[in-house]
Amino acid sequence: MITQNASEMAAAVASGEVTSEALTQAHLSRIAEVDVKVHAFLHIDTEGALAQARAVDAARAKGEKLSPLAGVPLALKDVMVQKGVPTTCGSKILEGWRPPYDATVVSKLKNAGVVILGKTNMDEFAMGSSTENSAYGPTHNPWDLTRIPGGSGGGSSASLAAFEAPLALGTATGGSIRQPAAVTGTVGVKPTYGGVSRYGLVAFSSSLDQAGPCARTVLDAALLHEIIGGHDTYDSTSIDAPVPAVVAAAKMRDVKGMRIGVVRELGGEGYQAGVLQRFNESVEVLRGLGAEIIEVSCPHFEYALPAYYLIAPSECSSNLARFDAMRFGLRVGDDRARSAEEVMNLTREAGFGPEVKRRIILGTYALSSGYYDAYYGSAQKVRTLIINDFNAAFAQVDVLISPTSPTTAFKIGEKADDPLAMYLNDIATIPVNLAGNCAMSIPCGLAPEDGLPVGLQIIAPAMADDRLYRVGGALEAAFNEEWGGPLMNKAPSLTGGVR
Amino acid sequence: MISRDDVAHLAQLARIELEASEIDHLAGQLEVILGAVARVQEIAGADVAPTSHPLPLKNVFRPDVIRPSLTPEEALSGAPASEEQRFRVPQILGEE
Repeated sequence: MITQNASEMAAAVASGEVTSEALTQAHLSRIAEVDVKVHAFLHIDTEGALAQARAVDAARAKGEKLSPLAGVPLALKDVMVQKGVPTTCGSKILEGWRPPYDATVVSKLKNAGVVILGKTNMDEFAMGSSTENSAYGPTHNPWDLTRIPGGSGGGSSASLAAFEAPLALGTATGGSIRQPAAVTGTVGVKPTYGGVSRYGLVAFSSSLDQAGPCARTVLDAALLHEIIGGHDTYDSTSIDAPVPAVVAAAKMRDVKGMRIGVVRELGGEGYQAGVLQRFNESVEVLRGLGAEIIEVSCPHFEYALPAYYLIAPSECSSNLARFDAMRFGLRVGDDRARSAEEVMNLTREAGFGPEVKRRIILGTYALSSGYYDAYYGSAQKVRTLIINDFNAAFAQVDVLISPTSPTTAFKIGEKADDPLAMYLNDIATIPVNLAGNCAMSIPCGLAPEDGLPVGLQIIAPAMADDRLYRVGGALEAAFNEEWGGPLMNKAPSLTGGVR
Repeated sequence: MISRDDVAHLAQLARIELEASEIDHLAGQLEVILGAVARVQEIAGADVAPTSHPLPLKNVFRPDVIRPSLTPEEALSGAPASEEQRFRVPQILGEE
């Protein structure tokens, strides 16, 4: 039952073949069995999940019309608030905090009858590419437990690859949905900035952050995208326009005549041989499906990574000022003699981990008087040049493609104290966050040298998210035919037996 | 480029009581990171307009009507300390 797609599970619940309660219980049992090895979850809301499931079953019994994913379980990244359920962002500074309200995406999931199983592990405040920066210990990649599941949303991607959940939500500031999807053989989408509400997402870098769907298939991601997307009056940066028709696009399975651009700058040196091999094969598959392949150049993309590591730290140094030990979260050293400022300093020292401190200090530097123009100001100009590159490219092609991540999953600990090496993981995903358009990662095979999943990135213009699903759905169908089934069939069982 | 004293000063501005060993470690790392990110200056010419946000931001207004919000109990539910429906905080001003 747990190896089905979310759309199949939803159909089984709707037809009465299975109850949502039984489906939810099956996933909770799977989590109890394998999460001791994977550590995808920081909190499992057993009672809450079963109550939501029973509510769906009751609604069905009464003959109420169910939404397309009603009764299907989901894993929620711990950066999104859910009323009464612990939300830590992978940080000690929020340990034990129970939010008094729901994020808009959480309200939408609840209204759609999606069952929230619990909160997934992540790099602290979403800063990282491996989930090693979680204050609660790393998550392990189900394909090889000694390797990272990507980050920051490594708990969400691992929960899908471990069959602990068929759906998950992630958030992406630089690549935190797509890179975890790539290294776990799953599907992840960063929607157009403003396409999904940020209300109730704990902010890291507000001009870059965006929530999006994670799943094992393109159609499942599309179904989830339609539920969470759309305008929200609680988010002033939310786009007041209909959600692009992503579900219809996922079902088209036709790319004939589409113009697909291969970005010259996203490949070559620094990319693993097996990643490039699978990517190049995918290009030929698309050509075989009738797409027109065009090489395009985005000359300023090489400056995206340095610009990102000025803009994101700058915004985070401001956003994380709210963790001040006054209104919620950790408070250290309040002995009624120390001042508020001393308590604040001690709390932030004790509550933040090394990467968060590194970025706050870096951002504080980049914004300080005398350095602002040279660093933050220059990075903002690079952002303009990257947007211009995208505009020029999309004048020639409908979508762009590239490898999602330069390598497959690396070993836990391998890059832990080398920030620059870690930052390179997001070299191909960051330009999209800077420009605010949308992108998807889908699995395109296993690298021959290590047998680990490789991700292919599809990039579309802002509010053309449907194009991602059109190309992704067609490519997925072609791959499944070639492989004799989904890539995920080849993932280890984690229990030594049959899943 | 970035000294130990600079890092200590930045930490103070950022309200983080860094330990001496952390300051030493960070100074070295920030030097390397800043060296790498300074590349943005190569192409940031005077003729390029800056972009602060992917969307053209504008003020968004709503009718000034009362709608449900958190109760005082809910708003204070995560407070480290509270008193008489207020957040209790350490002293902000000195005794004088």
